[in-house]
Amino acid sequence: MTAAGFADALRSGTAGPLDMLPYGRLLALSFARDAGGVHLLMPYADALIGSPGRLHGGSIAGLMELAGMACVITAQPAGEPLPRIRPITITVDFMREGAARDTYAAGTVSKLGRRVVNVRTTAWQADRAKPIAAANINFLIDWP
Amino acid sequence: MTEAEDDAARRQRRFVQHFMRGVPHNAQLGIAYRGSGENWAELELPFAPHLLADPDYGVMASGPIFALMDTASGMSVFITRKAFEPHATLDLRVDYLRSPRPEATVIGRAECYRMTRQIAFVRGIAHDGDPADPIANVAGTFMFTAPSAPGMFAAAAKAPA
Repeated sequence: MTAAGFADALRSGTAGPLDMLPYGRLLALSFARDAGGVHLLMPYADALIGSPGRLHGGSIAGLMELAGMACVITAQPAGEPLPRIRPITITVDFMREGAARDTYAAGTVSKLGRRVVNVRTTAWQADRAKPIAAANINFLIDWP
Repeated sequence: MTEAEDDAARRQRRFVQHFMRGVPHNAQLGIAYRGSGENWAELELPFAPHLLADPDYGVMASGPIFALMDTASGMSVFITRKAFEPHATLDLRVDYLRSPRPEATVIGRAECYRMTRQIAFVRGIAHDGDPADPIANVAGTFMFTAPSAPGMFAAAAKAPA
């Protein structure tokens, strides 16, 4: 997958909406560069709620998967055609309740291989040091 | 199936469907109830263009499939517990075995195969028509957030449907 537009946005801008991905538009996601890399924002919306007053685990996981994907894209060598990047496994630990407020997520590459990239992502709300969820995601890379 | 059983199944289906629509994120994704048994629940995620990650290739985002399986897993816990009592997802692992066929409805089925006083263990699959050829495999654990009072579970189990 990896819509080329997603990669272009990450590579050329410092912030912006992920409206080139229909699912990114559904969740109203945007990205921004920070000192450590790239993070995504999922602004609070009533449609993200699962049980009363709490975010649905699926919306938090969906956000973290795209944060992991963003992290894999930015780790690829510049100037080369982008490979096809697919998540193969995701393991999510839900550590705190997702409150009805804005949520952020970012990933770090644990190992950058040519065929597999292992990524750790976290999602947080008010305090980055107190993540609401963390995920290990393994991406498979297919070169053209 | 007798007419009476058929009627009861329809009533249960309407009740759960109503409950599902009341969960905003399930409604946003279009997740709907298909059926349930003693310890399992089956839901569906009909195709919709806004679920795509990559419109060029028609590839569905994996987030909605995770949401489908989280919901099916949670529902299998409610059903096995015979009570809509609160629980929290402790962890959930999804292996994406292959992409769904273009524009396919994704079906998610989860079963709670073990329940202790505090934890429910769940496994499940997602498929797009043939359960023998799954799209995703799932394993998860749920923790009961408010312990049931002694006897409450038995009372709930005996309560008329």
